[in-house]
Amino acid sequence: MANNTKSGEFQRQQNKEEMKKQLISFATMILFTILAFLIVGSGIMSKMFAIPLLLVLALIQVAFQFYYFMHMKDKGHEMVSVMIYGGVWAAILTVAALSLVIWW
Amino acid sequence: MSTLTAQKTSFAAVLWDYLTTVDHKKIGKLYLYGGAFFFLLGGLEAVIIRIQLIKPENDFISAGLYNEMITMHGTTMIFFAATPLLLGLMNAIMPLQIGARDVAFPFVNALGFWLFLFGGIMLNVSWLTGGAPDAGWTAYAPLSTTSPGHGVDYYVLGLQLSGAGTLMGGINFLVTIVNMRAPGMTFMRMPLFTWTTFITSVLILFAFPALTVGLFLLMFDRMFGSAFFDTALGGNSIIWQHLFWIFGHPEVYVLILPVFGVFSEIFATFSKKRLFGYTAMVFATILIGFLGFMVWAHHMFTVGMGPVTNSIFAIATMAIAVPTGIKIFNWLLTLWGGNITINSAMLWALAFIPSFTIGGMTGVMVASSVADYQYHDTYFVVAHFHYVIVGGVVFGILAACHYWWPIMFKRVLNEKLGKWAFWNFFIGFHMTFFIQHFLGLMGMPRRYWVFLENQGLDLGNLISSVGALFMSIGVIIFLYNAIYCWFKGDPAPQDPWDARTLEWAVDKSVPYYNFKQLPLVRGLDPLWIEKMEGNGKMTPAEPVGDIHMPHGSILPFLMTVGFFIASFGFIYQTVNDIAYIFLFGGMGLALGCMLVRSLKDDHGYHITKEELEKEAD
Amino acid sequence: MSHDHSLNPEVMPQHPEKATLEGKNKFLGLWFFLGGETVLFASLFGTYLALKNSTAGGPTSQDLFGLELVFLMTMLLLTSSLTSVYAMYHMKNNDFKKMQLWLGITGLLGIAFLGCEIYEFYHYIHEFGFTFRSSAFGSAFYALVGFHGGHVLFGLCWLSAIMIRNAKRGLNLYNAPKFNTFSLYWHFIDVVWVFIFTVVYLMGKVA
Repeated sequence: MANNTKSGEFQRQQNKEEMKKQLISFATMILFTILAFLIVGSGIMSKMFAIPLLLVLALIQVAFQFYYFMHMKDKGHEMVSVMIYGGVWAAILTVAALSLVIWW
Repeated sequence: MSTLTAQKTSFAAVLWDYLTTVDHKKIGKLYLYGGAFFFLLGGLEAVIIRIQLIKPENDFISAGLYNEMITMHGTTMIFFAATPLLLGLMNAIMPLQIGARDVAFPFVNALGFWLFLFGGIMLNVSWLTGGAPDAGWTAYAPLSTTSPGHGVDYYVLGLQLSGAGTLMGGINFLVTIVNMRAPGMTFMRMPLFTWTTFITSVLILFAFPALTVGLFLLMFDRMFGSAFFDTALGGNSIIWQHLFWIFGHPEVYVLILPVFGVFSEIFATFSKKRLFGYTAMVFATILIGFLGFMVWAHHMFTVGMGPVTNSIFAIATMAIAVPTGIKIFNWLLTLWGGNITINSAMLWALAFIPSFTIGGMTGVMVASSVADYQYHDTYFVVAHFHYVIVGGVVFGILAACHYWWPIMFKRVLNEKLGKWAFWNFFIGFHMTFFIQHFLGLMGMPRRYWVFLENQGLDLGNLISSVGALFMSIGVIIFLYNAIYCWFKGDPAPQDPWDARTLEWAVDKSVPYYNFKQLPLVRGLDPLWIEKMEGNGKMTPAEPVGDIHMPHGSILPFLMTVGFFIASFGFIYQTVNDIAYIFLFGGMGLALGCMLVRSLKDDHGYHITKEELEKEAD
Repeated sequence: MSHDHSLNPEVMPQHPEKATLEGKNKFLGLWFFLGGETVLFASLFGTYLALKNSTAGGPTSQDLFGLELVFLMTMLLLTSSLTSVYAMYHMKNNDFKKMQLWLGITGLLGIAFLGCEIYEFYHYIHEFGFTFRSSAFGSAFYALVGFHGGHVLFGLCWLSAIMIRNAKRGLNLYNAPKFNTFSLYWHFIDVVWVFIFTVVYLMGKVA
């Protein structure tokens, strides 16, 4: 029993560390969101520059969601990664087709 | 349990059992019955088409009815015959091949079946309510958005239901294969049929959502006045084509990959050799799955996407011939030097190689985007896809039926009848479709109701129609064989083919828990390894113990009935407000069942060790 | 009844959501489902991108969108993502009460988000006459954002069902996977929203 509580203590500590990382990623996501809204709201950037930047900010946020909030960085997520990246690949093809090879 | 099942059970009891079953073997059988029914229906429609085209300017059926026939033939065969028959085989066999007692989500598996069945019924109800869908199985907008009546509405909702069911089936297979393999069954020891089931499920997972969205857009346009495909309000009908084929092309690999697995099993078993190039076969399967997603626009070469896009898709399409070629050669090399038995299953498999190769060759021809401007929408294309789908998928399903019948129905199919069925169907198939290549090259367009006299098309169409007769005879003989063996056949012996893989290690009574003790897998072709080492049967990986099983449930059936009723509500709310009762009532029933499923704990039950030991006696 | 005991162990394992085979299956099944959902939303995004300029003379994205409301909605949903992380943190520490509390906050934020979205749609329809039927752009906009909103609504129903069902009996190995799959689903909704506010609202405003 004592052993259990000890490992439980260790586990709690681990979870706490993990939570700290989650908070940092949350802060970053909020920051990026504010940045994205500022770019558009202030209108300081040209379209050519703003759109790629907005997409990059979104991608980083999404990576935080997947890897930290949804724990895709942890062990035991290999098959999960395969399927998510498969979905992302199919998604890229779909979006590319519908935005590039649409014939008017 | 055993005393219960041994008793003669009433019809009502059997019906209730099947309505509530979550057993993958029973669901597999249900899929086969449902798929066979729709196969016959689609076949009947094909025969009607061929009768109409037997002579020039025939008036056997009207032009409108002809459009409904071709639409329903294509839709039924792809979505409600080929796909469910394959899902049935996967359900019945795959868990046994990996040494699992069950699938990962038995409840969802049952739901998937019922959704398929009611989707098929939904589609065919349209015959009785004023006309079937008539915009072709591809339902291109704006033809489909402007088609009068409710035919296309039935198409949309029927496919939406069954598509959801197929998606669930796919996820279920994926999780089953990843999580529930027997001890020692590593990925690179999985039989090819399991591998192809896995890759097929991946394709289902990524392809069907595109269809779901496409069907929603079509539904919104037809029933809720949106403007996705309405050019007057800025819509674009090419979106439908893209979404349909982003789904549609992977779908043809969903159909063909499982039968590649079937043939790999059959060639190895009846050549008494390990499958040649197992690793190459696995990677070829993965590669076909991967490339299969990047070629959809080859269906749209004549749309006007521009030479760059056309070239990219042409090259990607041709690239698929490489892994397919690897597979063909591996099968030939499996046969080479083998101790070959030729029976019905093997006949279908042997006939598949040249038939499918012809289909593959014409595939590369139509993949050449420049030449495709000539082939597009002619009978050449019709011949091409019937060579791959009949010569590949249908041959494969029939081969698999002969091969796995002893496991699924505890009978060995009659060899003599099997051969009669084969030769009729095989000759009929080549008669029907080989000549269509030339009809197409001579310029006969597909989907035409009549053709004119003395344009060089008369004889070819006649031959083609006679071929369809032979194919019908073949199918009838096969059915007779199945029914005959059901009533008159002897119980199948254990492992009648002296086979290699794990499904043949299951006791010939095929208990509902599959394996009393999970087997220990020591390599590829695990049963064969044990045979070669003189054990004859699998070494258990665990002592006899309690087995955990899921409870049956009527909820999947009720949920589907709810969606089915709601579908009618969706269709008829455009004409009558009473339909909203059906819409909300049906949705309420379906969502209510989901809520019950979520709130009611379902821990399943245990078969105790004592029961298992008693059963052995 | 041996299994009842095994679902309520004296010491909760490190990952209660993945301690049983059912839990592992649910975990993987939901992830795979999200892989499929990726393509579903990609199809809707693609449709939107293809039709975003097809306004048929009606209001354009620049006329319509107001960044203040979208910013508020984004903050609500992002925060709800963090609160569900907190809930899962407490689940791993086997603190059921706190888990329920954080899940409750998640739900409230979700409701607030949905409320904003309904207000937004109402605003577009009544102020601009911008509807699902008015132009291809309208159809595509409402389809994409509405599908996301539908996912939020479904998530809220799901959340309330499992919260109420398990309110009295605490955490065990049977319901832990359910809470965990919900939280994964909720994060995914947030992922989709990140793309919606970027691609639909911000890029629509910038254009």
